[in-house]
Amino acid sequence: MENNYDVIIIGAGSIGTPLAMALAERKKKVLVLEAAPSPGQGQNKCAIGGVRATHSDGSKIKTCLRSLEIFATWHKKHGDDIGWIKGGYLFPVYTESDEAVLRELLKIQRGFGLNIDWIGADKVRALVPGIAAKDLRGGTWSPDDGSASPLLSLNAFYRRAVKLGAEFRFSEPVKEISKEGGRVKGVLTPQGRYYAPWVVNAAGAEAAGVSDLAGVKVPVNPDCHEAGITEPAERFFEPMVVDIRPGDKSKNYYFYQNREGQIVFCLTPQPPIWGHDRRSTSEFLPEISRRMISLMPGLATLKVRRTWRGLYPMTPDGFPVVDFPAALKGYVLAVGMCGQGFMLGPGLGEAIAAHIAGSPSADEKEMLAGFRLDRSFTGQEKLK
Amino acid sequence: MERIKDHPVLQPEERKTIAFTFDGAPCQALEGEVISSALYANGIKIFSHNKKDSSPQGIFCANGQCAQCSVTADGLTVKSCITPVREGMKVATLRGAAVLPRTACVSEFGRPEELDVDVLIIGGGPSGLAAAAELGKLNVNTLIIDDKASFGGKLVLQTHKFFGSVEDCYAGTRGIDIAEKLEVQLKEYPSVKVWADATCLAIFSDKKAGVLRGGRYYLVRPKAVVSATGAREKSLAFPGNTLPGVYGAGAFQTLVNRDLVRPAKRLFIVGGGNVGLIAAYHALQAGIQVVGLIEALPECGGYKVHADKIKRLGVPVYTRHTIVRAAGKNELETVTIAAVDEKFKVRPGTEKNFQADTLLIAVGLSSVDEFHAQAREAGMDSFVCGDAEEIAEASAAMFSGKITAHKVLKSLGVMAAPVPQFWFDRLEVLKSRPGATKAPEAKNHSKPVYPVLHCRQEIPCNPCVTVCPKKSIKLSGDSIMNVPQFAGDCIGCFKCLLICPGLAVTIVDHRKDPANPSVALPFEIGRGLVKKGDKVRLAGWEGADLGEAEVLDVKDFKAENTLIVIVKTKPGVADLAASLKLYPAEEGVKAAADLARADDETIICRCERVSLGEIRAAIRGGMRDLNQLKAVTRAGMGACGSKTCSTLLLNVFRSEGVDLKEVTGFTRRPLFVEAPLGAFTNVKCRTEADEKASWSGF
Repeated sequence: MENNYDVIIIGAGSIGTPLAMALAERKKKVLVLEAAPSPGQGQNKCAIGGVRATHSDGSKIKTCLRSLEIFATWHKKHGDDIGWIKGGYLFPVYTESDEAVLRELLKIQRGFGLNIDWIGADKVRALVPGIAAKDLRGGTWSPDDGSASPLLSLNAFYRRAVKLGAEFRFSEPVKEISKEGGRVKGVLTPQGRYYAPWVVNAAGAEAAGVSDLAGVKVPVNPDCHEAGITEPAERFFEPMVVDIRPGDKSKNYYFYQNREGQIVFCLTPQPPIWGHDRRSTSEFLPEISRRMISLMPGLATLKVRRTWRGLYPMTPDGFPVVDFPAALKGYVLAVGMCGQGFMLGPGLGEAIAAHIAGSPSADEKEMLAGFRLDRSFTGQEKLK
Repeated sequence: MERIKDHPVLQPEERKTIAFTFDGAPCQALEGEVISSALYANGIKIFSHNKKDSSPQGIFCANGQCAQCSVTADGLTVKSCITPVREGMKVATLRGAAVLPRTACVSEFGRPEELDVDVLIIGGGPSGLAAAAELGKLNVNTLIIDDKASFGGKLVLQTHKFFGSVEDCYAGTRGIDIAEKLEVQLKEYPSVKVWADATCLAIFSDKKAGVLRGGRYYLVRPKAVVSATGAREKSLAFPGNTLPGVYGAGAFQTLVNRDLVRPAKRLFIVGGGNVGLIAAYHALQAGIQVVGLIEALPECGGYKVHADKIKRLGVPVYTRHTIVRAAGKNELETVTIAAVDEKFKVRPGTEKNFQADTLLIAVGLSSVDEFHAQAREAGMDSFVCGDAEEIAEASAAMFSGKITAHKVLKSLGVMAAPVPQFWFDRLEVLKSRPGATKAPEAKNHSKPVYPVLHCRQEIPCNPCVTVCPKKSIKLSGDSIMNVPQFAGDCIGCFKCLLICPGLAVTIVDHRKDPANPSVALPFEIGRGLVKKGDKVRLAGWEGADLGEAEVLDVKDFKAENTLIVIVKTKPGVADLAASLKLYPAEEGVKAAADLARADDETIICRCERVSLGEIRAAIRGGMRDLNQLKAVTRAGMGACGSKTCSTLLLNVFRSEGVDLKEVTGFTRRPLFVEAPLGAFTNVKCRTEADEKASWSGF
């Protein structure tokens, strides 16, 4: 029957699109249903593009190492430019307490075999010319991390998925997830009914509502970060710079220079702003302006071109939920990425596809091990 | 130096000359002048080279909206059209991306100043000024902002007299003079704050408008917002469309009429709407030869009096023609046009080349509606007037500003009464498109002296009726759309001739020499061009050649800035003559027929240099969401924020046979004008360059 598939994915974003690609590579007949008119129109296009493996837990580290490999080799393997830069991540440190926190974390990260180390102030200044020197103590530096264009990457994944036979239907929101005898059976949209033994919820900020359709509660609530991009400037630094000091109305912020030479920056508001609102606030630019210019005075003259606000589908402990809940066979959760869907997506895609195909490697099992729905959610991600 | 020294309407101000350099070469500017105009005055048209493919770029919008005119000035990348030249400034061609000052020292941060007002009016053009005046009359706390150094919007570029009615919108007065009247009027209202050089960057979800005023950032909290933001010019896709020398009619009028710079010697114009027709006229007034004007439709869409006026002076108007290409090495040198069929397809073999250094694109306007949309999205009380609401003449814009102010008054609870219905009716008349054209009227009297009204198309205009001391000119019906008729006595006072915005009134006088009646012709091209005793060629109302005539007298009406040229004619010619001809039309050179349109390389997104070929390929691959198209091709991602390419992109979808209902438009996000990061905290800082120039902040 025409409406029968091996896997139906809800959401053509940072997770659903690379998953469709990974499944199609495994010869699965895939349908992706997306409420927006084209791929990546939810949280993906709001991501600024950082990709790092330097997290603090095994699942995210393993997943992102796989993602990094996919991003880094994409151009060579498939020919599309996705804006990949192996620029590393740099956390400059200005206070004793931040140094203590990051040095402690370093032990865990190095324990996982990650290429990350403490560097002195001179090295920080060499990596980021013009960075404020006063009180600079050094920082942590992970040269194997990097960045890519979320827009180009996602569209490259989409094109490849389509080429491999995945079917995408846009402007088609899922209204119903149908079940039979404790198994998923398919989904209903305003345009029609589709059947598959596997239905993946990759609905990003809408994940909780979509999961309600399946009768499975997931603790995903979006808050937001605001971001912006400048005009291009001659390339003058490579790393993603993360400043973890708190501001007046914000927690950390981070920025890097993309392949076009534009500075892309993002701020975590404090207190968090919960909800689905994606309209820009008047607070953002004054706050980030003061913070970024304090750190790099040379940025004062650079013109801001565009700003936006993107949603972080948060879970209580800051870790994703990627699981195959026992309550409903064939239903897959790939939700709650907490703002890291772009960097987790390609790795998760392969891990989930391997699980659906029934042949996950030990590595791929570990990738999902920390993301179970039945965990207590009482821990806290150390480095969001 | 290409400066306009003599102009029939505008008087160059005496201003101090200052020195600056461009790529090291010494140049001169006038104090207060923007860099772009100073560069043009020094004969420089190429300002930058695009980052992507190094293609030369020059002036394009001259309105601070795009960034095509960017240059480096004292080490900083700036838009040359909104940045004044300073004594000793080092201006340089911008090649590629901006280079940041490596070191800078921040001495001070500030918080944006917050400001409460009842009404924020964005835009100080005709509609905004009119709205501000109405609010001021009732002492409403109003802030009106404009991104230019002086108020008036596009009125300050309009040297011609206005249409409309005298009582509603200053008909018969020149645009530049109306701007001044409106601005002066505002001084009477202490509740109206006026901010020039103040750019609205965005309206945020927390109901605040971000305004950058002379480098300081303000957050304005209005109870109501009025978007009087006017319109922006539509662009056109054809090979060579981004060559320096190809730009909008608005930019041209800015150079010529605001800054008195002569940017062209030989000008070609695309578009026969009022904007294109008036630009042609302004060019003639500036001493620029208009080589031709083309219009794709069978008739010019602008007022017939505007079209006739330029035809009479000798400008060839080609209807049912299109632009095939613009060519030149680094700047425009040749324009190729061709005739089109009913489906606007080029008729092969009709291609013609014209030498031209400047090509103006005047193919229509679209409303600047982003602030209105954002204010509404933020749940604010938001109003829109003038061109931002609907494209029409400035006369209608003023009236719409007045009506909108009254809607605001009602919404604020200042005034209980609704806006009178007859105001809306009157606005509709002022907004009217031109109506039917009547045949020239047969003469039905034998008065010795009388006006001939070469005004036969229905347009909203009545100054001649208002001004006649003998009340001998009447409209043929109740509406100001009706054409005027002469019936009664004429004393030959020239008042109707002098006030007519269309230059469509002549006075025929048999009193001195019945065998050789004299005809008084309005002439506002240049003072030194015609003198007593000259032989001139006469033109009929639509430009037909009527042979030679002798000039009997030239009268200079300084208050009206109009000359009246009195010529000696024959009885058969007297009633027909409407103007002098300035020069004979050029024919153009037949172009090679093998001009196959290599239009895949035509640039659609000029900021990011995205070609028609790339866009077509994406559409043919099934793309229907402009946001995805932007993600993949970067079209719309550049400095202008898709203001230039968004309509062009939709045209490509249309020409590919895609129903626009299937197409998702761009998601619009702030900022709507780029602004330096440091501006948002009013940063004071000094960079390396400042050690030489005394610069602090923005």
